[in-house]
Amino acid sequence: MSKTNVKNKRSTAIVRRNRRKAYLFLLPNFIGFVVFTLIPVAMALFYSFTNYDGNRRMDFIRLTNFIKLFSDSSFVISLKNTIIYTVGTVPLIIILSLLVSVLMNNGVKGAPIYRAIMLFPHIASIVAVTVVWQFLYNAKNGPINQILRSIGVVDPPSWLSDQKTALLAVMIMIIWKGIGYYMITYLAGLRGIPKDQYEAATVDGANAWEKLIYVTIPNLRPVTFYATIMCIINSFQVFTPIYVMTKGGPGRATSVLVLKIYEDAFVNYKFGYASAEAMILFLLILVVTLIQFYHNKKLEA
Amino acid sequence: MKKTKSRNMIFAILKYAVVLTLTFSMLVPFVWMLSASFKTNLEVFAFPIQWIPEVFHFENYSNVWEIANYPRMFLNTVKLTAIITVLQVLTSTLAAYAFSKIKFPERDVLFLLYLATMMVPYQVVMIPQFSIIRNMGLSNTHMALILIQAFTPMGVFLIKQFFDGIPNELIEAARIDGLNEFGIYSRIMLPLSKSAIVSLSILTITATWNDFLAPLIYISDKDLFTIQLGLRNLCSEYTAEYGQIMAASVMSVIPIFVLYCIFQRFFEEGMISGAVKG
Repeated sequence: MSKTNVKNKRSTAIVRRNRRKAYLFLLPNFIGFVVFTLIPVAMALFYSFTNYDGNRRMDFIRLTNFIKLFSDSSFVISLKNTIIYTVGTVPLIIILSLLVSVLMNNGVKGAPIYRAIMLFPHIASIVAVTVVWQFLYNAKNGPINQILRSIGVVDPPSWLSDQKTALLAVMIMIIWKGIGYYMITYLAGLRGIPKDQYEAATVDGANAWEKLIYVTIPNLRPVTFYATIMCIINSFQVFTPIYVMTKGGPGRATSVLVLKIYEDAFVNYKFGYASAEAMILFLLILVVTLIQFYHNKKLEA
Repeated sequence: MKKTKSRNMIFAILKYAVVLTLTFSMLVPFVWMLSASFKTNLEVFAFPIQWIPEVFHFENYSNVWEIANYPRMFLNTVKLTAIITVLQVLTSTLAAYAFSKIKFPERDVLFLLYLATMMVPYQVVMIPQFSIIRNMGLSNTHMALILIQAFTPMGVFLIKQFFDGIPNELIEAARIDGLNEFGIYSRIMLPLSKSAIVSLSILTITATWNDFLAPLIYISDKDLFTIQLGLRNLCSEYTAEYGQIMAASVMSVIPIFVLYCIFQRFFEEGMISGAVKG
């Protein structure tokens, strides 16, 4: 037997032993992962091409669900509302959290306390927070309208009970809830900016504003990109605040994609159709994720 | 010189104005909730707002405690949170050890599978998951919630990232000293990863405690309700009991608030480590 042969035999033995060890460690998580995540992902795609009603019927109906979707006015409205909601909340959350993190990083007395308070809305139960805001928005007696009336607004908006303002009201609450989380992300990014860049800028005679524009914001570009992507993905998935506050109403004014998926699946038992809607959600998220993926690749290259 | 000084002054005032306004607006709804939870239904919407009620109506709390079967819901939620967190941490650290410190041929492919499913949102898999759970005969049980939430790829990913930072030389040295793989995992990796484990636990506890959609889908039996389901149910059944609804809201937030006061650093660390995955 040659030397290399012995070596090969030994290394295959090692591979086999390592493999056995590795699978023992993996197994407890892997079984759960396969059954409750991996298989459902594949099934979701399959369901979307069927008319599965959660019970007996399951015929393969090819693209029928997807074709029906775009003539289903409540789906189209939900998709439109999701996009309005995303376009309305994401930029404000990102800009406000960038602003406040830059200010906090600029020497504010008591910053740790303010930071802790601002993060709390993100951590607190979304149901509880939504219930409180529902009270605050109460059209007749809610504190928001009482305050508006006391400063001379004669006819304050009815917020959640008016088709024109309901979605806006939800969006204001979500912006309020989201700022803290992205502020924390930005603060971590700010800590990573090399000090000497600021020193160099000072030597060049830059003032605070110029440092912000030419040093801070360019250095934060990857964080901003990441935060925007995450924020968009989260907005696509909004459900609980809407379900608790308005259940999509008044009319369909605040119906969003996930609410529609939930209702079709678990109220109307149209599993196949709801899965097709879920695929549209998945496609939206996939597109955003792929943008992030290629952007990161470009940065690395 | 004088001009820059006054300009600095204006900047400082603006800075504090923005930070304080935002902080204040984050705080006010919570203070309002707390204050309203001690008021009668009539007082809740009285204007001008009386921040400190004249009489503290603690009976809002005791009423919620009784009518909403609160102790039962509280225990349900504690039980679910504890079991899911322990399972999540245990299985995630084990799997992360295999992915990070044992070389085996399928490692990269399997890990890629974990990563790829991480971008699939819960709302996409919830329907097939529901039929799997129903076929197992587990709908309307706590087991359903445990099974779908204890093995998420997120935990594996977070811990693997941390394990990757622990030098391989340390593991090799321990192997040469005759420690077996489980010994390395339990006596070297786990003690070195305390902060990551605490962060993952905190993330899981908060997510489970606050979860609404999964319990809404699976749980219909009131005896099995979680706190979030119970709060939502209270709002629809006792629409006009403003004081009691606020008391229930306070109670649903308090456990996480206490946890946050103690472990604030880990809340932030967990979020940031979740954030660097990009």
